[in-house]
Amino acid sequence: MRRLPTPPPSSEITPEARYLRRREILKSAGLFVGTAAAMGTGLVALTGRGRRATITAEPLPADLVVPPASAVPAAPSGSAAARNPFTTDEPRTPYEDVTTYNNYYELGLDKEDPARNAKTLKPRPWTVVFEGEIKKPQRVDIETLLKWFPLEERVYRMRCVETWSMVIPWLGFPLGKLLERLEPTSRAKYVAFSTLMDPEQLPFQLTDVLEWPYREGLRLDEAMHPLTMLAAGLYGKSLPGQNGAPLRLVVPWKYGFKGIKSIVRIALVEKEPQTSWNMAAPREYGFYANVNPDVAHPRWSQAMERRIGDVEKRPTLPFNGYAEEVASLYAGMDLRMSY
Amino acid sequence: MAASVLPTPDKPAAPRAGAGKLGWLVPAIVTGGLVPAVVLAARAARGDLGANPIAEAMNQLGLLALVLLVLSLAATPLQIVTAWKWPIRIRKSLGLLGFFYVCAHFLVYAVVDQSLALRAIVEDITKRPFILVGFAGFVLLLPLAATSTARALKWMGFARWKRLHRLAYVVAILGVVHFVMRVKKDVTEPALYGAVLAGLFLIRIMNWARERGDKRG
Repeated sequence: MRRLPTPPPSSEITPEARYLRRREILKSAGLFVGTAAAMGTGLVALTGRGRRATITAEPLPADLVVPPASAVPAAPSGSAAARNPFTTDEPRTPYEDVTTYNNYYELGLDKEDPARNAKTLKPRPWTVVFEGEIKKPQRVDIETLLKWFPLEERVYRMRCVETWSMVIPWLGFPLGKLLERLEPTSRAKYVAFSTLMDPEQLPFQLTDVLEWPYREGLRLDEAMHPLTMLAAGLYGKSLPGQNGAPLRLVVPWKYGFKGIKSIVRIALVEKEPQTSWNMAAPREYGFYANVNPDVAHPRWSQAMERRIGDVEKRPTLPFNGYAEEVASLYAGMDLRMSY
Repeated sequence: MAASVLPTPDKPAAPRAGAGKLGWLVPAIVTGGLVPAVVLAARAARGDLGANPIAEAMNQLGLLALVLLVLSLAATPLQIVTAWKWPIRIRKSLGLLGFFYVCAHFLVYAVVDQSLALRAIVEDITKRPFILVGFAGFVLLLPLAATSTARALKWMGFARWKRLHRLAYVVAILGVVHFVMRVKKDVTEPALYGAVLAGLFLIRIMNWARERGDKRG
């Protein structure tokens, strides 16, 4: 007959009540950890935005001519020490910030979305149409267009209407040179621009956040101003999709939304053209949209701005610091009314 | 199958009296509710909040505040619909977590974004409905947070306390309006919270109407 193992002394037996409680404590601990983890991850998933996209910079097409920095237009007048509005010496905003913090609603509404979604936008092949009140209406392939004028690097401040700002080294050419070549007729008073309309490349055009395609406009004298440029690159590289590849407008004394991206059409017109943000919220966004610290946006003050990378805000300058060059364009106008 | 005849082992003999059994629940909700604050602080310290970290932190804190306030307001309707008891036990914790994030949101705005420039803050609150609405929500939460203790409830009497705490709905609505006014154009996300809030309110109204009907017999 086999012997049963010796039973443990009764003093070592866990009392049943305590045994059950131990199980209960373990169960409670498990429930605590599980619930806290579920609550925490749920909240983070719901409210924490994702990481920023990693950007791989595309080099410029090899056959594009980029002149050395010395070819950048010098200061209009005065001594060598005079300020050069075409190249500010303020620290440049890092490439990573310039290319991951964008407003390009056709590629998503959050700042990081355009960089993440830009893959769908194909900047080649690309055709730009010039039409309206010009003597030489035509369609031009982007490669051809970019060879019409030497590309220049210009370092401009960019002030967004949302009170943040950047300093960006653009690569492009003055819009005025292009307009001269197209020969506006005497009836041309304004320039109207349109973005590509193609929901396959710009998927958020399927939503009705704005009336698509995005439209912008300038008065002819604004468009002819030497500071106004069409950019095809930044930081010496091709424009990434999220920054408006392959061709965008840059008007440094106006809020950033005037800088229409991925342009396919430029028309000279007689009447003030419709512009997208003005159509969407006329009280908040005017046709002129000149940077003006004295005219508050209905929801925030425009007196200060945060340069991306800074913690403290800095005062916003009239015409974004380009008043010396452009204020005369608006002589006699009430800029509180024409905001 | 054979399994069905096995005794079910997960039914303990007798559940212990109410209080202790869900003792883990409130600590778990509070711990989980503070996780996003820790994650946000860690990401801020690592410089992982994108190009405009201050705006990003304000957005996340504001959204957390709204989500937690709505969750807190969901407790009673959930109890009405399911007859579960546990939602009521975490209602206060959710509300106070919401208050915590409202405070953090306001502090980042006042201290970091505006550098405590009092004039600019006062101008924002008085001149811009968008800021005023958010600020009003913050101010209205103060008496609710102050009277969140059992002692305050006793001191006020339940009827008065309950009437005061209906302000929570006003605060959540102000939160949604503040959110709607903040977005430049696309109101989908704030509208979603508005719809949830409306649904919760509807459940309460229907329940109230039913109870009235019952009383009249």
